[in-house]
Amino acid sequence: MTTAVQSDVREQAAQRFAQLGWPTMELEEWKYTNLTPIQRVDWVAAEGGGATRTVAASLREHAIAELVFVNGRVADVVGGAAGVEILPISEAAAHPMFDRHYARYADYQRHAMTALNTAHAQDGALIVVHDGIAIDGFIHLLFIGSGDGVWSHPRNLIVLGRGAQLTVVETFVGSGNYFTNAVTEIVAGEGAHIDHYKVEREARDAFHVGSVQIHQERSSNATARTISLGGGLVRNEVNVALAGEGANLTLDGLFVLADSQHVDNHTVIDHVTPHCDSLELYKGILDDQSRGIFDGTIIVRPDAQKTNSRQVNRNLVLSEKAIIDSKPTLEIHNDDVKCSHGSTIGQLDEEALFYLRARGLGEAEARNLLIDAFASEIVDRMKVEIVKEQIRAAMSRLRR
Amino acid sequence: MLDIRNLHAGIDGKEILHGLDLRVGTGEVHAIMGPNGSGKSTLANVLAGRPRYEVTAGTVTYEGKDLLSMKPEDRAREGVFLAMQYPVEIPGVNNIYFLKAALNAIRKNRGEEELDAMEFLQLAREKMKLVDLDESFMNRGVNEGFSGGEKKRNEIFQMAVLDPKLAILDETDSGLDIDALRIVANGVNMLRSEKHSVLVITHYQRLLKYLIPDHVHVLADGRIVKSGGKELAEELEQKGYEWIEQEVAAAR
Repeated sequence: MTTAVQSDVREQAAQRFAQLGWPTMELEEWKYTNLTPIQRVDWVAAEGGGATRTVAASLREHAIAELVFVNGRVADVVGGAAGVEILPISEAAAHPMFDRHYARYADYQRHAMTALNTAHAQDGALIVVHDGIAIDGFIHLLFIGSGDGVWSHPRNLIVLGRGAQLTVVETFVGSGNYFTNAVTEIVAGEGAHIDHYKVEREARDAFHVGSVQIHQERSSNATARTISLGGGLVRNEVNVALAGEGANLTLDGLFVLADSQHVDNHTVIDHVTPHCDSLELYKGILDDQSRGIFDGTIIVRPDAQKTNSRQVNRNLVLSEKAIIDSKPTLEIHNDDVKCSHGSTIGQLDEEALFYLRARGLGEAEARNLLIDAFASEIVDRMKVEIVKEQIRAAMSRLRR
Repeated sequence: MLDIRNLHAGIDGKEILHGLDLRVGTGEVHAIMGPNGSGKSTLANVLAGRPRYEVTAGTVTYEGKDLLSMKPEDRAREGVFLAMQYPVEIPGVNNIYFLKAALNAIRKNRGEEELDAMEFLQLAREKMKLVDLDESFMNRGVNEGFSGGEKKRNEIFQMAVLDPKLAILDETDSGLDIDALRIVANGVNMLRSEKHSVLVITHYQRLLKYLIPDHVHVLADGRIVKSGGKELAEELEQKGYEWIEQEVAAAR
């Protein structure tokens, strides 16, 4: 049997995608990324359920629960905790939270890739944390892509009740020339705390488009960390609506690129209500002929007085052939706000390199230390130790 | 220890040192004094191997080896230490991790066992007291958020840990108050022995009250124009540099 997300919007989303078509570079929000290489493949969904197997990327020794998906289909579900419901979303159609929240935040009417996901979603996770429940540890969602010409459309819905607290790590790995098109919707109820990690370590020949859509209610706290290490052509979207007063948001991003990798980070922070804070920091490290993009927009609505927002993108370019496009944008529609943004692009600091070498460190060691130091601002403040270790290990491929 | 002959060097195509000669024996402390623009920092940077500085003529022999052909890290591993005039801040590189890596690179080169974390911490704590730095400095980024005086003391701390054979102090005294000056001088005095040589580069004489040099040289217009004992420093303090410049001009 072929599982699928049982949603009444599937057909509408399919029709909408047929109308919108694949995004083209003529669209402002896709101006840096050409999806033609994805579009021209005749993708197929993998048949049958994913096989259960032990994989290197598993974090079940560390997580309180882990769901493994192979080519978009559930392969394994382990663990759990009191006060939190964790189930494959293909089995969740009858869940009241599914009915209330599914496809309400990730807008398939406006976004073609979200429409494509909504039309084809096979599986993913539904996580519901009940009011007042704080979950220690983290839930791991592992998405494995496998084979050539196979696409998958993982779809997750994470709902935190009032005052609930949760950490979720999504990891994307695989092998082959596959295409992952993922959507995660997160609803943070009043006073809830969500710490979300997306660790993209796709195969070098793989395509990845993923969007994380966060809806924050009053006094909620959200941190979304987007880490890109793998993939050939990658697009990360994070869209956040600060929909309740006094909500706090931290958006962290780190992309570490080499060879001819292309990673496009697109973020929108929508300050809808007053007294919300958002703090965004994306850092890029680019080697070889890789290309990185930071395209971040902060919108402050007329009613969102006392908004406090800071957006920073810093990039370290290690090669003359690497390219970075940085486009921080503020759209402010009232005058009672504190907003700033900025971006920097630089090379390794020659003075710092000399300083380290003048104390006896070899040139390669000094270089590696400085690269790690650049990333550390993002990595050090992560709370999940095993993810930190993984990222530090993955960064070692930039070593010379 | 160090033998500099007819050194011509500069930066960005501009020659600043015009044939400098200097010999520093083992166990000696030499002070090089001179007005701004005389080439003091160029000399320090050329000796440490800072990129962009070019040597156009002359030789520098350090313990019988051609110093100028060595990479900066190899000079450090062979025992050359430059206390920098403007120590750079390196956020994200842990002070103590960095210094341990540096010391172990040097020890490895000397054929000594690398120190483990405990042994290193013990050594570092001991040397920190010497320069009156708080232990909290250890776990901060290299020079990150340090005041000017703290940066200079950190240089002396690093010097004390790395135990160089030849220490070069590039205007380490500039901008220091009297307490910090004493701390710096004390750090250098602790290093003094028949095996260690020190080259103190300075504009002012005040550091030399606490750090008595064996030899004083005056650098003007890229050359050593006068050499003497410690009394030369006092003479410079009283008379300024003008009389040296006049003497040099008259001699031409």
